[in-house]
Amino acid sequence: MNTTKTRRGAAPDAPQKASAFSMVRTALSQTSGLTFAALIIMVIYFSFMEPGKFNTISNFDLLAQNLSILIVLSVGATFVIATSGIDLSIPAAVVLGEVFATKALGWFTVGEGTAVDVTDSETKLSYILVALLAALAAGLIVGVLNGVIIAYMHVPPLLATLGTLGSGLGAANLLQDGTNTGTSALSPVTSGEMIPGLSNIILIAALTVIVGWVALRLSVFGRYTLAIGSNEEAARRVGIKVERHLIKVYVLAALASSFGGFLSVSYFGTTALSGHTTDNMQAITAVALGGTSVFGGVATMLGTLMGALIPSLLKNGFIIMGVGAYWQDVAIGFVLVLTVWFDQMRRKARTKQ
Amino acid sequence: MKRAEVPALAAHGLEKKYGQVRALRGVSFEAYPGEVTALVGDNGAGKSTLVKCLAGAIRPDCGRIMVKGRPVSMTGPVQATKHGIETVYQDLALASDLDAAANVFLGREIRRLRVLHDHKEMRRRTAASFAELGVGLVQDMRVPVSSFSGGQRQSVAIARAAMWAKHVIIMDEPTAALGVIQTEKVLQLVDRVRSRGLAVVFISHNLPQVIEVADRIEVMRLGARTARFRRGEVDVERLIAAVSGAYSNEADVPNGEVTA
Ligand SMILES: Nc1ncnc2c1ncn2[C@@H]1O[C@H](COP(=O)(O)OP(=O)(O)O)[C@@H](O)[C@H]1O
Ligand SMILES: [Mg+2]
Repeated sequence: MNTTKTRRGAAPDAPQKASAFSMVRTALSQTSGLTFAALIIMVIYFSFMEPGKFNTISNFDLLAQNLSILIVLSVGATFVIATSGIDLSIPAAVVLGEVFATKALGWFTVGEGTAVDVTDSETKLSYILVALLAALAAGLIVGVLNGVIIAYMHVPPLLATLGTLGSGLGAANLLQDGTNTGTSALSPVTSGEMIPGLSNIILIAALTVIVGWVALRLSVFGRYTLAIGSNEEAARRVGIKVERHLIKVYVLAALASSFGGFLSVSYFGTTALSGHTTDNMQAITAVALGGTSVFGGVATMLGTLMGALIPSLLKNGFIIMGVGAYWQDVAIGFVLVLTVWFDQMRRKARTKQ
Repeated sequence: MKRAEVPALAAHGLEKKYGQVRALRGVSFEAYPGEVTALVGDNGAGKSTLVKCLAGAIRPDCGRIMVKGRPVSMTGPVQATKHGIETVYQDLALASDLDAAANVFLGREIRRLRVLHDHKEMRRRTAASFAELGVGLVQDMRVPVSSFSGGQRQSVAIARAAMWAKHVIIMDEPTAALGVIQTEKVLQLVDRVRSRGLAVVFISHNLPQVIEVADRIEVMRLGARTARFRRGEVDVERLIAAVSGAYSNEADVPNGEVTA
């Protein structure tokens, strides 16, 4: 009796250990170990070359804060790229998110003015929540447009999202009359430290990565996303509603972008109508560097996180070492091409078998 | 030989046009439970198109499809699945970046908390089913199927269909790309599925193989059925004649075709 029980208890345990190990292993292989290695080497190298400058807590903290919004955008972009799609409209969703959030603050009358003008100590949770919902509404609009144009009108994602990028940025400028709105009402969201020693913005980015990881790896949604990116026809034949799923994916990405916009207003205290024009390129770079295949079907959230860190880490390192910061752009450009080339080769080698 | 009266799957007068090409010209077809029905015909005869209609992957322009004698509307692959019909397509239709279990359960995942999938359980059941069906691979359960050989991938596709099929399993040229041993395995699998009482529809160009495994043979030519044979009624020579149009025992031969 007793032994049977122990055995029964032990039996499921063994595969669990094996799977924890293999999870690490697959995570590493998927993030194209190269990226991971590059990250480690860079941190060690810069820390060693410039001790005291590079690896101080404040340096990392500042770096992480600056990258948090990019990480949020990249989590969304990972899903789009996993379907072998692309989302150039990220800046539009970000800026519209900013604009909608500040417009929503304008709905609240506070004294002589509106909630836009309150100080960060006067702000209320209700203002913040309404602003957040407004920002997400902006993302929903951009995402549904992208999804419908791509899935039902069969416009290639590159051009569909190029279109919504232009229209979205134009609409944001129309809504704002071309001028930015400053506000401190949202700043508690990102400036506080809910966990002492860790600024909220970093915490939010970390939570976004975790949610993204669960959605990608453990959810049926993530599995369908990878299946569609891998073989759309196969997905359709098992009854997956491919068009509807693509809309969901583009909505998810745009929601992440508009959430990024909300965080951006909170962090910088103002909308930035022309401050996000390269966000799309940065996010796509992060995702591709991380090992998510631009041909679809293979994606990794951990890789995206690392891919988002690498360019800035490199830039920081170069600045500290006195190498011109523009070398970072040159280097990243090369690395990006190499990464995608490797991916291409790996695929070819597989299909030849 | 005794056989059920009502076909598990039947088609009457299916037509399908691709632009100017008349891929199906009023083809009829029957498959009975517990039998292997072989579908033979030259390249372009319309076999794959017929199979796709039966599987709900495409919709015929007109004609009727019946499951166990009842007319059904095959509006999509989900309908076919609901009627217990599973298909191994000629163009494999696996998501090659996913592993075997993810492919086997694609579209019908075992769920946890409604939105998550229970991959461990799916993997366990897949391994169990592969073992039962005699498909090796159990040690490769974690790698994407893109790293499998053609034969292994075919095995995954067949095992998936065999796992889910309740009444009918359709295989479009399952052995075309396989070596001798893999082919033998597939034929054993066909036997096993038949003995479970399923109707097996089997497309192959290998006529001796067809004669060996099939209980019935239906011959297609130019989008219509031109001949039907029971086991033992036909030899390779006559089958070749039927495939090439030199022999027919059906009334609805496509217009203008000369028969001997
Ligand atoms: N998707 C398609 N578009 C256009 N023509 C097609 C398509 N699928 C099949 N056909 C045509 O229909 C005819 C029958 O093809 P198919 O069903 O694949 O034949 P088989 O499987 O017997 O070789 C062929 O002439 C083929 O070219
Ligand atoms: Mg064919």
